[in-house]
Amino acid sequence: MSSENGFEPRIVAFLCNWCSYTGADLAGTARMKYPANVRTIRVMCSGRVDAQFVMKAFAEGADAVLISGCHTPSDCHYQEGNFKALRRYYLLKKMLPQFGIEPERLRLEWISAAEGDKFQEVCTEFTEAIRKLGPSPVKKGVKNG
Amino acid sequence: MADNTIKIKINGFEVEAFDRQPLIEVAEKIGVKIPTLCHNPIIEPYGVCRICTVEVRHRNRVRMVTACNYPVTNGIEVFTDSERVIRNRKLIIEWLLGRCGNVKVLNDLAEQYGITEPRFGRGTDDCILCGLCVRMCQDVVKANVLGFFERGPKRYVSTSFDQTSDLCITCGACASVCPTGCIKIDKLEEGTYKEMPMGPVTPIHIDFMQAVPKKAVIDKESCINFKTGGCKVCVDVCEAEAIDHSMEAKEKEVDVGTIILSTGFKLQNGEELKEYGYGKYPNILSSLDFEVLNNANGPTGGKIFTQDGRVPKSIGIVHCVGSRDKKYHEYCSRVCCMYALKFAHLIKEKIHDCEVYNFYIDMRCFGKGYEEFYNRLLKEGVNFVRGKVAEITDAALDKSEQGKLILRAEDTLIGTVRRIPVDMVVLCLAIEAQEDAKEVSHFFSCSVGRDGFFIEKHPKLAPVSTAADGIFIAGVAQGPKDIPDTVAQAGAAASAVLSLIQQKEVEAEVVTASIDEEICSGCQICVGLCPYTAITYNKDKNISELNEALCKGCGTCVAACPSGAAQQKNFRDNQIFAEIKGILAV
Repeated sequence: MSSENGFEPRIVAFLCNWCSYTGADLAGTARMKYPANVRTIRVMCSGRVDAQFVMKAFAEGADAVLISGCHTPSDCHYQEGNFKALRRYYLLKKMLPQFGIEPERLRLEWISAAEGDKFQEVCTEFTEAIRKLGPSPVKKGVKNG
Repeated sequence: MADNTIKIKINGFEVEAFDRQPLIEVAEKIGVKIPTLCHNPIIEPYGVCRICTVEVRHRNRVRMVTACNYPVTNGIEVFTDSERVIRNRKLIIEWLLGRCGNVKVLNDLAEQYGITEPRFGRGTDDCILCGLCVRMCQDVVKANVLGFFERGPKRYVSTSFDQTSDLCITCGACASVCPTGCIKIDKLEEGTYKEMPMGPVTPIHIDFMQAVPKKAVIDKESCINFKTGGCKVCVDVCEAEAIDHSMEAKEKEVDVGTIILSTGFKLQNGEELKEYGYGKYPNILSSLDFEVLNNANGPTGGKIFTQDGRVPKSIGIVHCVGSRDKKYHEYCSRVCCMYALKFAHLIKEKIHDCEVYNFYIDMRCFGKGYEEFYNRLLKEGVNFVRGKVAEITDAALDKSEQGKLILRAEDTLIGTVRRIPVDMVVLCLAIEAQEDAKEVSHFFSCSVGRDGFFIEKHPKLAPVSTAADGIFIAGVAQGPKDIPDTVAQAGAAASAVLSLIQQKEVEAEVVTASIDEEICSGCQICVGLCPYTAITYNKDKNISELNEALCKGCGTCVAACPSGAAQQKNFRDNQIFAEIKGILAV
């Protein structure tokens, strides 16, 4: 698991309660392994993911952030929350470089409750990509503001 | 009794009848049979064959009349078998024989009345010109195809200009009423047979013996009324007056609190698997086709025939067609092994010397008594070939394969490729989710898996619930399963629904949002975002207000609120910040 330079990325994953968190749950019940680098936070909907959460995560030293919700267009339990997440995702993609953070460190994925294997794939692949990318340029302990 | 009841005498017995009721009906009611050829209760009487001639006496006046169209009046006396009647009837039969000497019904009548040598010879025609067919076609079916042509001795029944008529709907009503059997429907075209076993036997029918509700339905495709606007014979016959051809499908709105989705499944289309030749070669049946063929209420009365009417000497049953196959469905359809064994057993029971071949990947006899049934079949002499059928073809390599369907499969137990010629093949096609399952799931805000079946909330802890409150699932819509499992799941879903109804109140969403009046600046960003219109703007206070009863707790408004006035219970901003901090602490 460990890379050459011993860097293990820390990835924060915001998972919606109905699809992606259930999908992650399915990966668990099906005994699929995904890297321990991914640390999940459950929210009711990907639409609940405030841009602040992502910034806060980077500020707290996360190397990458994954937002995952129900498939577009119409899988969302709350009708259209995933589209609101998508809007904020594009906003963040523009905003992150201004803070000196590579936009590749943020990802948005649609993972349904039936896609435990997709959750596993996304986590493994994302972790690998961040491992190659190296640690986040944000210095640990940046004041939250 | 109604006012128009009268009394008449038939062969000395006093009978009650309605005034002007046809005599033949009254006689029939008391069991006096009057022979007739041109009478049919659904067609207006015509009095043309004259065989129903009877003697009627009224006030010293004696008359010979035709019973089919004679309206009875009070006080008449009728004799149906008097010497005079017999004499007259004999003469009529002899006249008819003079025209149609070889018709069976007439010869039977002649025999009955002791006529051996008709005085006017025996004609060679086979139509007695009773006109039943013409009246049927014109008055009942209203297709107006048949008619009389020419006059006197040259008179005959035909279609316009003796040509095949475009107006004919081939309903066969004319042939069915013809007393002499001289009308024949040309054999149906090749290929129409394939549809026949599955379609209803008559337009008005009860779908199958176990149908719920067990009510007759009309097949719009084949019902004469929907083609010509005529017929409606069923309406006249139905005493309950239950038939109404003008009925249309209606949409009804029903208010309910809980819903069980049990939308079932569909069978995979066999034509998708080109290598098995379903729909290309005759005698390749899907499992449902065979079920219909084998059904005692089916078109053959449960007898197993090939399409050209032979009793099959060998039948191949192919398991896992489309199931456990990466090209189509990875899952196991679960029921095929057992119904395939059932088919094999029933075939052996009906055709003792029939060789039955089961081609299987694995036998999955998982239920109570199932393995025992499999063992019993092994002893019954059913052949089991462990191997997936690669191809079904009619290309024969030698004489023994001529005219047969050849199943080519690797027998993995003996390690060789086999060619097995059979007369009939049954394909155990995969159980598939309904085509519109995904749309249905969106409509009810639950979800479907990649295989198209509805997903339960939790496979062990909530197997009949879905992610949406009050929506439950049961049956094959959730995943392939057999009847006992479906019944068990349906029971579980029903009790889950009842326990919700029993509570009389619904638990409100816990994680609703709230808006802090003190902080809210009335920017109204949240108002437009809420998918449930739970947030409204209060002009007087210049704040947005949230209706907790409508809020489903998605938190979209909370994420968008620029001032932090909107918060979500259990998912407050500072709670999540703390969570982020916590998981990144190490």
